[in-house]
Amino acid sequence: MTAIDTRPQQARTPGARGRTFKRGMLGNGRRPGFLTYGLLCAFFLASAYPLWWSAVIGSRSNEALGLTWPPLLPGGNFWTNVGEVFDTIPFWLALGNSVLISGIITVSVVTFSTLAGYSFAKLRFKGRNGLMVAVIATMAIPTQLGVIPLFMLMRTLGWTGEIGAVVIPTLVTAFGVFFMRQYLVDVIPDELIEAARVDGASMISTFWHVALPAARPAMAILGLFTFMTAWTDFLWPLLVLDATNPTLQTALSQLQAARYVDYSIVLAGAVMATLPLLALFIVAGRQLISGIMQGAVKG
Amino acid sequence: MTTTLDRPAASSAAITKPRPTFRQRLNVFDVKASPYLYIAPFFILFALVGLFPLGYTFVVSLFDWHLLKGQGEFVGLQNFREVLQDRFFWNSLFNTMSIFLLSTIPQLVVAITIAAVLDQNLRARTFWRMSILLPYIVTPVAVAMIFANMFGEQYGLINNILGAVGIDPVLWMNETLPSHIAIATMVNWRWTGYNALILLAAMQAVPRDVYEAAAIDGARPLRRFFSITLPSIRPTMIFVVITATIGGLQIFTEPKLFDPRTAGGTARQFQTTVLYLWEMAFQRQNFGKAATIAWLLFIIIILFGILNWLISRRIATSGDSRNGGGPARRRRRKRSATPAVVLPAVGPQPPAPAADQPPEPPVETAGRPAGTTPRRGT
Repeated sequence: MTAIDTRPQQARTPGARGRTFKRGMLGNGRRPGFLTYGLLCAFFLASAYPLWWSAVIGSRSNEALGLTWPPLLPGGNFWTNVGEVFDTIPFWLALGNSVLISGIITVSVVTFSTLAGYSFAKLRFKGRNGLMVAVIATMAIPTQLGVIPLFMLMRTLGWTGEIGAVVIPTLVTAFGVFFMRQYLVDVIPDELIEAARVDGASMISTFWHVALPAARPAMAILGLFTFMTAWTDFLWPLLVLDATNPTLQTALSQLQAARYVDYSIVLAGAVMATLPLLALFIVAGRQLISGIMQGAVKG
Repeated sequence: MTTTLDRPAASSAAITKPRPTFRQRLNVFDVKASPYLYIAPFFILFALVGLFPLGYTFVVSLFDWHLLKGQGEFVGLQNFREVLQDRFFWNSLFNTMSIFLLSTIPQLVVAITIAAVLDQNLRARTFWRMSILLPYIVTPVAVAMIFANMFGEQYGLINNILGAVGIDPVLWMNETLPSHIAIATMVNWRWTGYNALILLAAMQAVPRDVYEAAAIDGARPLRRFFSITLPSIRPTMIFVVITATIGGLQIFTEPKLFDPRTAGGTARQFQTTVLYLWEMAFQRQNFGKAATIAWLLFIIIILFGILNWLISRRIATSGDSRNGGGPARRRRRKRSATPAVVLPAVGPQPPAPAADQPPEPPVETAGRPAGTTPRRGT
């Protein structure tokens, strides 16, 4: 932050009028001023403070909530609260379930989306345009509203309480197909596919050796977002799973219902549940950002 | 790839022999069937787990159907009649709309502001982008838990601070509007940064020389923002609103966990429609009516989608007329501002976000600038 003061002078390009840089709309080459960084700091605080506050309260006890001005630093009670969380909900089981469920859904969505997206982008077949329109139309359909027949189906199959029941409804998404199609249509030159075909590669081996390597960046982004969506899903796991075999989200909600009066434990749980994604965010944050900026959509 | 060597033999055989070999027929079959084989898993699975349940929801809604007792009598549209006369259903719709508006409009405004601030030559760019995206990785369940405590009526952080500056505590949970604000805050906190990044991508697709030209013509930063940036990112804004609509009308987690002991507040003051659906199905165990609610909500969402689509088409085609600025701009339009109005928001990147948008901006690009500018100038 200390470097800000020096910027404006340094960044001023000859011949340009000074007043136009204040808000920095011009970008290239010119450094924005103090106001910009002040605003950015405010956004940063608004983003981070609720999380920090949870960590602070979650590492203290309930009394910390009664203070007029909230404490700013964590206390020493975190591990006690963590112990309470472990006593109240099957945290590790829930975490394992969430990883498993999100993993299966991600692999399935990415695989089928890449296959179908490639087919729509690069292969010629009758009804291609009509079917693609169908895919786009289904993106707007709120399939989550089919929960009641799905629930009845899972009960008939005897799958309620099982992880399979959570996975089934989201094995494919129309968005995934659309996303892969949009990416692959520009990325793979038709000549490359033709060359592979002329060399005698079968369709599937063309897909495997030509399309798949080209699709990898988009697959990673789609996988990241599918994983996030599956990880955060709450309504459907709440319906089909029970308290003994929860996902992380449903387990957390049990924690909130059970420990309704002990906020520090509830918040400690919220922080614990956020840590895995925080780690993912630190590792893959750049990809997440470029994915969003390339047009990935919330699920 | 390993079959390369066999290939010439097979094709030379085709020239001499009129009947296609087995290998060729296999190849033809491969070419014809493969595309369908690749898309089949998607369509089959989607039909089974997406479309069929949705359609069957309508069937269930025509029956007297109980969670445990199962299918009962056929009642026709009786469920629809009852739900449409149900005070609680309309209450839930009102709450959903109210929370939706409270979360969409401020969110869009703030997201555009953030995007505009980020759309500069910043130091530590990735850090700032990551910092505004941070809330996105907190799951809605955790968000609801955190904010339910912050908005606590007795010892909540917010009431504490309000008390410290001498404002009476607000009944964030028991009063209708405050509870809606609290829930909308959860949504806004999680999604604003995300949408800001989408809008930022759109802003960065606007060529910089357009701004340069406007600046040389004397357009101040604020004017450039309203006359160039906003019109250029309009398709992306519409896209953000559409996705916010589809998600916002189905909001469940936040109101459910705001007060986990009730289904949307002691007096249903923040019971959303999906929450009411949940209550109807799993507390009152009336699957028939719950399916009716689901189907009605489905229709509402589809109607909203169509409405959005129509509005976005209107805006896209009547485009720049409403953004015409004051006289200063009009004078200079020919040289500076015109090209800005007509840019597709997220052009070159392959996975353009707005599913139904890409075709429209180019139309604008092609037809507008030449035709409209002189006409409005006179």
